[in-house]
Amino acid sequence: MRPIATTRSAAGLPTGLLAVWWVVVSEIVIFGGLLASYIMHRLAHDAWTEQAAHTNTWIGAFNTFVLLTSSLTAVLGHQAAEQGNGRKAARFLWMTVGGATTFVAVKAFEWTTEIQAGYTLTSSTFWSFYYTAAGLHALHVIAGAIIMIFVATDAAKNRELHRVELIGIYWHFVDIVWIFLFPLLYIAK
Amino acid sequence: MSDEHAHHTNYVKIWGILLVLLVISVLGPMLEIRAVTLITAFGIACVKAFMVAKNFMHLNLAPRFVTYLVVTGLVFMLLFFAGTAPDVMQNEGMGWEKPAWKQAAIEHAAGATGGHAEHH
Repeated sequence: MRPIATTRSAAGLPTGLLAVWWVVVSEIVIFGGLLASYIMHRLAHDAWTEQAAHTNTWIGAFNTFVLLTSSLTAVLGHQAAEQGNGRKAARFLWMTVGGATTFVAVKAFEWTTEIQAGYTLTSSTFWSFYYTAAGLHALHVIAGAIIMIFVATDAAKNRELHRVELIGIYWHFVDIVWIFLFPLLYIAK
Repeated sequence: MSDEHAHHTNYVKIWGILLVLLVISVLGPMLEIRAVTLITAFGIACVKAFMVAKNFMHLNLAPRFVTYLVVTGLVFMLLFFAGTAPDVMQNEGMGWEKPAWKQAAIEHAAGATGGHAEHH
């Protein structure tokens, strides 16, 4: 028996989909507040430009490439699920999990390098923002990857295929957040 | 994604465009021209975000109220910015000042001038 929440459609779209959009809008306020605070302080303090000069643009660009590519595999998984091909959808989701793992591994390497160079959470307000924003985003990447593993496992058995779209929407949002974090933390120097 | 249109979206092509935009956003700021940096870094970020929302999240195929929800979130972000920016971005106003911040700004300016002088 399918759960009632996935089949009713009082709002004109499945409840699960409505819930995911609700999460996304809540996240806009969370990340939006963080990014708006960062922009305010950055514009008000010239010293932040010097601090930002120490972030590695190429690592940031590579991770942007990884996330954009993982978004592609997520939407291709959604397309496969729409066609009723659960095994194919699961394969694409596993590729997306691979992208998430790569992203986090690169971030771990990057942070290790920066901490060894003396740039820590308490070095300055810029680095506090840097670690908070990038860290909160990385937690979202990890959470998304964990959920995706469960969705992919079910999808491979042709079960609960609608969830492929739901996790996909969340994943694309995580991608969008990084699209804005990348120029703010790595490019504007 | 029930609309037939979504099945005809060439996702690989969208991804290719996103990668081209990524390359431009990295190369543009290397010219070190402020206007070019703003356009290539932040303007392109907005374009990339719109492309992902429209083509990957299929925001255009969702009921209209979903777009209104998203816009409401963005408006609240702007309200937050507008409400706090006058305090955060200034060191003094009518009847108030931030002595520590003003001192830090003076010290930073002095340090920058000193560093500049050393180079000469």
